[in-house]
Amino acid sequence: MKIPPCLRRLLALCLLACLPLTAQAQEDDGQSLLASLDAASYAQMGGAIEAIVDSGDPRSRDWLEALLGGKLQRHKESGRFVVVLENRGRNWPVVDALTGEDLGEMSRRELDRIGINNSLRGQLQSVLAVLDLRVDDVGARREAARDLLGQVDEAMVAPLQDLLEAEGDAEVARLLAQGLAIHRLEQGQVAAVDVLAGSLNGEVRSALSSAARSDDPALAEAAEAALAGIDQKLRLNRGLETLYFGLSLGSVLVLAAIGLAITFGVMGVINMAHGELMMLGAYTTWAMQQLLPGQPGLALLLAIPAGFLVAALAGIAIERGVIQFLKGRPLETLLATFGVSLILQQLVRTVISPLNRTVVTPEWMSGSLMINEGLSLTLNRLYVLGFAMLVFAGLMLVMRRTRLGLEVRAVTQNRAMARAMGIRATRVDIMTFALGSGVAGLAGVALSQLTNVGPNLGQNYIIDSFMVVVFGGVGNLWGTLVAGLSLGVINQVLEPWAGAVLAKILVLVFIILFIQKRPRGLFPQKGRAAEG
Amino acid sequence: MIPSSTYRSPRWLAASLLSLGVAAPAMAQEDPIKVGILHSLSGTMAISETVLKDTVEMLIEQQNANGGLLGRQLEAVVVDPASDWPLFAEKARELLAQEEVDVIFGNWTSVSRKSVLPVVEELNGLLFYPVQYEGEESSENVFYTGAAPNQQAIPAVNYLMNEVGVERWVLAGTDYVYPRTTNKILEAYLKGHGVGDADIMINYTPFGHSDWQNIVSEIKAFGSEGKKTAVVSTINGDANVPFYRELGNQGIDAADIPVVAFSVGEQELTGIDTAPLVGHLAAWNYFMSVDTDTNYDFIDAWIEYTGDDMAVTNDPMEAHYIGFNMWAEAVRKAGTTEVDEVKDAIIGVSVPNLTGGYAAMMPNHHITKPVLIGEIQDNGQFSIVWETPSTVAGDAWSDYLEGSKDLISDWRAPLSCGNYNVVKGSCGGGEAQ
Amino acid sequence: MWLTRPFRERATQLFLGVLLAALAAVTLLNLALPAEHPLHVSTYTVTLLGKYLSYALLAVAVDLVWGYLGILSLGHGAFFALGGYAMGMYLMRQIGDRGVYGDPLLPDFMVFLDWDALPWYWLGFDMPWFAFLMVLLAPGLLALVFGFLAFRSRVTGVYLSIITQALTFALMLAFFRNEMGFGGNNGLTDFKELLGFDLRSDATRLGLFLATGVALAVGYVLCRAIVVSKLGRVCVATRDAEARTRFLGYRVERFQLFVFVVSAMLAGVAGALYVPQVGIINPSEFSPIFSIEIVLWVALGGRATLYGAVIGAILVNYAKTVFTGVMPDAWLFALGGMFVLVTVLLPRGIAGLLAYRLRRRAPSSPESPAPREVSA
Repeated sequence: MKIPPCLRRLLALCLLACLPLTAQAQEDDGQSLLASLDAASYAQMGGAIEAIVDSGDPRSRDWLEALLGGKLQRHKESGRFVVVLENRGRNWPVVDALTGEDLGEMSRRELDRIGINNSLRGQLQSVLAVLDLRVDDVGARREAARDLLGQVDEAMVAPLQDLLEAEGDAEVARLLAQGLAIHRLEQGQVAAVDVLAGSLNGEVRSALSSAARSDDPALAEAAEAALAGIDQKLRLNRGLETLYFGLSLGSVLVLAAIGLAITFGVMGVINMAHGELMMLGAYTTWAMQQLLPGQPGLALLLAIPAGFLVAALAGIAIERGVIQFLKGRPLETLLATFGVSLILQQLVRTVISPLNRTVVTPEWMSGSLMINEGLSLTLNRLYVLGFAMLVFAGLMLVMRRTRLGLEVRAVTQNRAMARAMGIRATRVDIMTFALGSGVAGLAGVALSQLTNVGPNLGQNYIIDSFMVVVFGGVGNLWGTLVAGLSLGVINQVLEPWAGAVLAKILVLVFIILFIQKRPRGLFPQKGRAAEG
Repeated sequence: MIPSSTYRSPRWLAASLLSLGVAAPAMAQEDPIKVGILHSLSGTMAISETVLKDTVEMLIEQQNANGGLLGRQLEAVVVDPASDWPLFAEKARELLAQEEVDVIFGNWTSVSRKSVLPVVEELNGLLFYPVQYEGEESSENVFYTGAAPNQQAIPAVNYLMNEVGVERWVLAGTDYVYPRTTNKILEAYLKGHGVGDADIMINYTPFGHSDWQNIVSEIKAFGSEGKKTAVVSTINGDANVPFYRELGNQGIDAADIPVVAFSVGEQELTGIDTAPLVGHLAAWNYFMSVDTDTNYDFIDAWIEYTGDDMAVTNDPMEAHYIGFNMWAEAVRKAGTTEVDEVKDAIIGVSVPNLTGGYAAMMPNHHITKPVLIGEIQDNGQFSIVWETPSTVAGDAWSDYLEGSKDLISDWRAPLSCGNYNVVKGSCGGGEAQ
Repeated sequence: MWLTRPFRERATQLFLGVLLAALAAVTLLNLALPAEHPLHVSTYTVTLLGKYLSYALLAVAVDLVWGYLGILSLGHGAFFALGGYAMGMYLMRQIGDRGVYGDPLLPDFMVFLDWDALPWYWLGFDMPWFAFLMVLLAPGLLALVFGFLAFRSRVTGVYLSIITQALTFALMLAFFRNEMGFGGNNGLTDFKELLGFDLRSDATRLGLFLATGVALAVGYVLCRAIVVSKLGRVCVATRDAEARTRFLGYRVERFQLFVFVVSAMLAGVAGALYVPQVGIINPSEFSPIFSIEIVLWVALGGRATLYGAVIGAILVNYAKTVFTGVMPDAWLFALGGMFVLVTVLLPRGIAGLLAYRLRRRAPSSPESPAPREVSA
């Protein structure tokens, strides 16, 4: 995408550090500038924006940002331009675009939005990016320089060259140099290929691919060679990426299954409502974000204990209300808990809504962690992976190092003997079920960052959860961990090759065949308990 | 939950008694007109279909407030087919045979429509189907108020090709018949416009697919070949949330690789944090952000009906709005709710849509619609960036598919055929002779 | 003769009596009474009852392996669906050139997705004898292969349950794929006629209902015969103490395999009778949740009684029909609550109540021992 002349002029203004024009409240000018923006078609809007930039009005940047966010609107009746502060619901709080005066709330019916499309949005973004090249924050400069890759044109070359020489940060300098090189490559200069060779950036690859299709044989050949080198490196990265995808999918499976590994694996309760307990955890996250508007991150952190608690309490209710009457009849727990799961689903539909709820991803979990330009790890999944490991470690600690864990193991191995030793088996049952349910709640909190928060959330994971627990070996937490992670990796390795559907089928067939080989899962339980 | 007028235990009893022949024939004159609502209220499709049930109930309420129809009150008969396809057929039969409803508004998925179709045809019912679908169908008893592929997919691709300059295409969809057909049509269309095989990538995923890492990464790689790339998404339902989240996190910006979706509307966006998705596109025949007074009136009525200030409206709701008004108009015209007469009367009926124009019922039981392209905004609404200059008539049989390009549908006498083969000069199937 | 032995049982006599009386009554009330008569049974109801009966047959098949063999199959929906698909393929071929595109060979969904020839596995399904044979063979063969592997490796208990679930889940995903050539998610639909009878006519519907009733009776007697035979006793022994039975010298896996295959075939027949009555077969019949539901019918009705499975299947599905109509917004509460209450209050299901009365009146009736867990 090329930057239109108007923006170039703005760039020039900023890059050459021209003094901003004297700030005067020119009501009429501002009004007419914005009016021309409103009246124009998309094609003409460039011109209108140009006029705004040329005016040098100090409010231009605010206007452009409001325009970018779709917040610049016109009051139909008075023709007054306003900036909308919050655009949800029926009535919106607005301020005057020219004076900044607070105008209270207006109905959306009274307002006319000044729309932009993707190409205008791209142009506005690169204007703002160039402005960012002059800020002190190195991170912002890098970001801005990266955004400019592939966007450089003739008018920008000289100012960028100046900036490049003045640039103190090596990374920003490298990116700027690449940006300039892409421009030269587009002009057909073979020498530019050398600067770009080895870069894993998508824009660079894009530019080289275009060059490789060029009519100039020397250029095409050089670009081809550079591409081959890049593709070589990308293949390695692609492999690492697949591994990461696999581990990340695996960690989701582990989270979903680990609570079940306790209620089902240790207690022998076939808890079909396990998925709905996860759903409760996810809804808790949503509820926390409703309680703490504007602080999604804090709400998410608080949702971790809250989600655990809500699901654990629900678990206790299920245990006391249903499961305690089914002692020694594990298969009937399937029947009763299936009923519970239907009730919980409908409860959410009736009380909250049959629609999905929005759970916001906090700033620090959005985007990705860039390892190199060809390999980025998405942050939300990285956090979920870490969270899964933490939950697992915590659970191991509880089972191995606490009195509760000891009692749980005692009751599981020999209930009568444990009771004879003075362990209150009923209490242990409640605590175990609460623990398993609470962990399901934690899984729900994590899943709210990856998928739908809706009444069907649980249904989507219940089958996979059972599969993981059984594959790993019932009653073995390590088994669940290894099973979840390996199924995740197998799935993601197969997926590019076989497609998503076939990959899933193949994983299922693999599980079926594997169980033939090892009828008690990866890590079979040994001893008498295994017969139980 | 929205208070509904349809808890029908006593009435259900009455109805079954009625069907058992107990009721006195004298009652018949004062009987309300029964409107069946066949939308899933539980199961996977409840997310989309519950609001449609509420919409029809609201329309019925409004109609009754305005004196009903033909001097009779309207009454909603709600059943829950529970996202279970055979149950759809059973419930349709219950509505037609047992409850003897005069018209049915319902269905979302293609498979549920296919399941209901033989029942409506056998019992000669009326079904208004409000969702965009793959076309390739024209039943005497069904009225398609959603978009056919030529009212959504083709214009959207035209927009991307001509206005955005897209040269490379990813056709990503859920593996079922609507994406398959749409992508087939699009593939034929794109190839007809000189797009090479290497520049089209087709990808199918299962229902409810939740792990999009690999596919998004592939799309990213596919898009870094130096040609403007776009994704045409026919991904369905729940799978969209994790898909869009992954797009946002892997940094696929709408300015680089825009995604145009045919199944994502305001309702679906309520479950997504749209801030990272600003600029991605959707093609529909209605957006909630349409700036007309009829639309604002509809939205206000809806907000009042649901009691939720944040309630959103969407395209299938508009389709029901149009369908309901068309049916009411046809009943008025025919002076009866008799199916055969309404069926004939409705062709050519034209009612206002919510986007400031009119929708007309065509002889092929599809309607005319404007096509709008919208970009996602940070508040979960769409900003309209392009629209067709006039309305487009729905095409039951695609011109871009081998098997169907010779077929036309015209339910007016004397042709009265849903799949007339213009080359062979005969009515194709064994249905209408 | 081992097949006649069940007829000497009181429970079987009673069951068959009730079933046949019901079939006769429905037929009579449907045919003999005019539509306006208060006791007239409409064709809608007949079809609905036919559906319940095919579910009942499926439940009997599940009870045979779960109640008497101790194998909790969470994948019996797969056998049901395979039988259904075999029937569906036959019905599709019967449409001939009456499809919307008028193609004499290819079903509609193949025409518009550009298939140019009928896939090999669709060949032969235009012949009823072949299709009906496949109704038995397709599920039977799958059960044979799957069971052979699983029983040989001594996969038991919950491991077996979960891999049956994996089996049906994998098949569901496979059938969803349009490339498989089974119509993908839309499945097979728009059937016209069966063996030359118009599927829309009332008489055909009644006939299908009666056929399902007879199939249920035959299936029931067959299962009962297996259960009371020596083979059945070995099965029950296996269920209660597999290791001991092995030590006594029985090749347990052979018995298990035989019963498993019979049960799968019965499920297939149920599926084949189900499809023409509901008019559609689609991969959702393969869904693991459906298979779990089947188990719920059996558990609710009372495990290891066979007639309990019939009662459970009919009751749950009747409840579903009524609830989804009467209280569409809240019927899951009712259904879920029903599952919870019956499990907690009636440990042996509804049949437990009946059996209790029956036994008090006739203490000598041959009765198979209850499953281990129930006695605990």
